[in-house]
Amino acid sequence: MANYAIKQISIFLENKPGRLAEVAEAMNEAKINILAFSIAEAGDFGVVRMLVNKPDEACKKLHEKGFTVSLTRVLGIKMKDEPGGLYEIAKILGDSDVNIDYAYAYSGTSGAVFILRVSDLELAIEKITEREVELIEDTLFE
Amino acid sequence: MEYWNPRMERIPADELRDLQYKLLKTLVYKLYNFSPFYRRRLKESGVLPDDIHSLKDVSKLPFTQKTDLRDNYPDKIFCVSQSDVARYHVSSGTTGKPTVVGYTEHDLNLWTESLARSLTACGLGRGDTMQVSYGYGLFTGGLGLHYGAERIGASVLPMSTGNTERQVELMRDMKVTAISCTPSYLLHIAETGEKMGINIKDDTDLKTGILGAEPWSERMRDRIEEELGIDAYDIYGTSELSGPMFTECQEKNGAHVWGDQMLIEIIDPASGEVLENEEDGELVVTTLQKEALPLLRYRTGDLTKIYDGVCACGRTHPRMARIKGRTDDMLIIRGINVFPSQVEHVLMSIDNVGNHFQIVVDRKEMLDNMLVMVEVNENAFSDKINDLMLLKDRVGSKLRNVLNISAEVELVEPGTLPRFEGKAKRVVDRRTL
Ligand SMILES: [Zn+2]
Repeated sequence: MANYAIKQISIFLENKPGRLAEVAEAMNEAKINILAFSIAEAGDFGVVRMLVNKPDEACKKLHEKGFTVSLTRVLGIKMKDEPGGLYEIAKILGDSDVNIDYAYAYSGTSGAVFILRVSDLELAIEKITEREVELIEDTLFE
Repeated sequence: MEYWNPRMERIPADELRDLQYKLLKTLVYKLYNFSPFYRRRLKESGVLPDDIHSLKDVSKLPFTQKTDLRDNYPDKIFCVSQSDVARYHVSSGTTGKPTVVGYTEHDLNLWTESLARSLTACGLGRGDTMQVSYGYGLFTGGLGLHYGAERIGASVLPMSTGNTERQVELMRDMKVTAISCTPSYLLHIAETGEKMGINIKDDTDLKTGILGAEPWSERMRDRIEEELGIDAYDIYGTSELSGPMFTECQEKNGAHVWGDQMLIEIIDPASGEVLENEEDGELVVTTLQKEALPLLRYRTGDLTKIYDGVCACGRTHPRMARIKGRTDDMLIIRGINVFPSQVEHVLMSIDNVGNHFQIVVDRKEMLDNMLVMVEVNENAFSDKINDLMLLKDRVGSKLRNVLNISAEVELVEPGTLPRFEGKAKRVVDRRTL
């Protein structure tokens, strides 16, 4: 069975110069590819979220380097190249009482992908796969 | 030269010492017979009321510490029952539990009398309008100065703290001649006035500042007096003794400590030995006339010295120097006492933050600013910004509840704050006085 719960790496970072570069450097050293990347800022700190090809390894490496890091399961939705795509997903989740904690998008090799963290992952997967929406599989990154 | 209580304020020094001896002997006798706490304390130290033969024998008596008040929270150390208590004031203790001070009607009267003498010594009286810009409420500053100023016949404007633009407007419109507040707040008021186009020196009637509740320097006095065109007087007191009680006279050469109310000593904080006049040490106070919460040799933690000789103003009571510092790590922020241990206590009660923290104090626009940096707890790290913001708010509001002042909170990465072997240096104080 397909696994749609993608492992995302989240890192707590203070807004200090060079800190982000250290994350990139750690990934480079471990030969890990960063596939998607976003930064959420809140004044004096921020949270970096990324999808990588070897999440467990990346997590271990970052932890060793002293970063505050956690693994979170998220959804990756392949965006249809037509208007209203985002609305459709929001509506499916809203109708099922699933909250979107946060979302960001990235451009993959095969089009735009929308990353979501939701309040109820299993329910969200169930409801979305009932429709004609394409979810990204976890294995795609490995 | 005006005195509020000329007979008492100019009492010959030997007569004052004799009076102090009689009051001390009565106090020890009363405490031994009516206070279970002090009875135990006196027995433990092997000193009985009959062992007090002279004023110097005060040095035989045991000390009282701030922790004694905390350990007897809220009122187990009181010497009167609740029905005789006229008022309570509460200050934050060193950890968790606050310190409660009770006053009988007689105690409130003593406090007001002390301030009436002091404010008169600053040249204030009927015809003056005093803006009381210390906090009103559980804090002793507001109500203390309020009743003191009323007693001498001044008109009182009970402003309390905050709403600085209004402070400036009313100061001008009500022709305020005197203000009592922290020195840094007065500078902030002046600065706010500038922005509003109101210059304290040129556009108001202010001529006197009764300033204290936080450390300040002679340099700061010069600056305030010059910029605002006023006379600035230092005021001393702590809530355990009643509140603000003693000011300098117009000679500005030490605060007159009314000896019929308080017996002061300076000790070496390490050995507890009594030091001579003019020697720097810890201020120890015995309340000679208080009823609800009399204190025997209370260790204030304040570092100062007692001046030699009689003041040119004619008042014979001892004078103490401006407070130089603290024997402990207590901080005074916007006039409120803050112990790093209180911050630690709050942080330990919140799961998602670590136990390492750092306090950074500085002065922004003349107002003290406290920043508490705390490490997020790696195991409880949520990647939702909202969770982190809520955590920050929760730390902030818990700190405000316990400390009674607001603190900025900054979340930092685990392992980034300095670690200490032995005594931790949690505080970075960037204020220059
Ligand atoms: Zn004097």
